[in-house]
Amino acid sequence: MAHFKKKSANTKQEVPTSAMPDIVFMLLIFFMVTTVLREVTLQVRVDFTKAENIEKIEQKRLVSYIYVGPEKKPGNMLGDTKVQIDDAIVRNVKDIRRLMYDKLVEQPKLIVSLRVDHSSEMGLVTDVKQELREAGTLRINYSSKREMK
Amino acid sequence: MLLKKKKRDPAEIPSSSLADIAFLLLIFFLVTTTIDVDTGIGLVLPPPPDDSEPPPIKERNMMKLLVNSAGLILMNEKPSALTEVKETLKKFIDNNGAEANLSVSPQNAIISLKTDKQTPYRIYIDVLDEVKGAYADLRNTLAMSRYGVPYDKLSKESQKVVNQEYPQKISEAEPDKGN
Repeated sequence: MAHFKKKSANTKQEVPTSAMPDIVFMLLIFFMVTTVLREVTLQVRVDFTKAENIEKIEQKRLVSYIYVGPEKKPGNMLGDTKVQIDDAIVRNVKDIRRLMYDKLVEQPKLIVSLRVDHSSEMGLVTDVKQELREAGTLRINYSSKREMK
Repeated sequence: MLLKKKKRDPAEIPSSSLADIAFLLLIFFLVTTTIDVDTGIGLVLPPPPDDSEPPPIKERNMMKLLVNSAGLILMNEKPSALTEVKETLKKFIDNNGAEANLSVSPQNAIISLKTDKQTPYRIYIDVLDEVKGAYADLRNTLAMSRYGVPYDKLSKESQKVVNQEYPQKISEAEPDKGN
């Protein structure tokens, strides 16, 4: 039985890989740009509450955070519930007024995101809210994660 | 003077491993990136209290929600379970004057949320979530009956119209002084 000789193409069968580094770099730059490294070190524990009817904050640059939760102590211990703004714990709740007012002057459309630990009590949260009212930062957002059903 | 120039191969940096390095960096950033979106329950606080008296509100238009220190919920002095809150609120808001002790219209309905000092924050958020949920349901029903599409698929203008029908009036009561 006669065999047909298989014709092989004369062209090179190779995927050009010279552009691969370019593609990889492009992806790399995308991820480098989108990565947000955590800008504050949390000194209080914040475990978010869960809720169903939540909304997204679209404009991230308008947001300023207030953290409320039990203070982290060395050796995995938790202390009393404290308020943290930026990098420091606020000792006196009355200071929030001035701090937030300064932020409001810089960004008049400020949204205050309250990141409150689920174990906190409303007394402190209400105090913080009263201070925010005095400061004039009226748009707030209780940070919480989506509840999975 | 004539210098004899050596003929050399053009110098070349080996670039074959460039892709590997790039991949390594890429994987690092892929792993460390957390594209997290800020989500939460939005509210607008009332401006700081002044000396002027608050406008009078008819008793029937106000639903008083009290969450006490044990996390128990009182709706107009009646104890309720968390699961009942949404339905009761929907009935209250969408009453349109039908029952004498419920709201006159959704525009007049006000929900007043009050907490104690020791109220757990988790319960407060749960209740607030139910209040938001009641409004979301009502708006969705109206959107479906009037436009035939769910609320979040509506255009911005139509959403505004729906929002005017069911404005969210959530008032957070002034905390008691002195305790």
